[in-house]
Amino acid sequence: MTFELSHYNAALLFALCASTVFGITQRNTPKDMFRYGAYCFVLFAVGVIVASWAMWAIKH
Amino acid sequence: MANPQSTAKASPRAADATLTPTGISPVTVTLAGWLVPGLGHILQGRFIRGILLMLAVFTMFFAGLGMQGKVYSFNTGDLLDILGFVGDFGAGLLYFIARWMDWGAGNIHRAVADYGTKYIVVAGLLNVIAAIDAHHIAIGKKQ
Repeated sequence: MTFELSHYNAALLFALCASTVFGITQRNTPKDMFRYGAYCFVLFAVGVIVASWAMWAIKH
Repeated sequence: MANPQSTAKASPRAADATLTPTGISPVTVTLAGWLVPGLGHILQGRFIRGILLMLAVFTMFFAGLGMQGKVYSFNTGDLLDILGFVGDFGAGLLYFIARWMDWGAGNIHRAVADYGTKYIVVAGLLNVIAAIDAHHIAIGKKQ
């Protein structure tokens, strides 16, 4: 059983699952849960891109 | 003069504050939520939340195994290995099944396998957060 993912897709899957749990556990109402989950997902996804460019800039 | 609220008729449930609205003790709910991801919420009638939590934790755990991540066994060696075990152990029954089936041997030749190891650890940690959330619902700290 092997599972092939690119690094970015792996990061996005991680972000999706973690955001789902954060949204459900950290807020009370379904609307707030969805908003917070989406907020966390965007932060994860943008954070990965920013960190990637930062590492590229450090290397060059 | 007596406070009208204090003299109001108490609900039958108020007589036993150790039980959740569904009649299950908070400790049972927490343990169930730890053993099976999302079960703590499902037992309290939060079906959608429970199923979403279950999907998230199962997806992370099995994606980690699929990436040939490592499942840590109990150890007293390196600190990071001990913490890895603690994280993995949070996955409850999934951890025991993985150990029983001898899954998660790891693969140092694949870079993605290291991601898989982290996926499995984080799946356990997220499951602990979900179980604690189920406990908070059970004791009335959260809706």
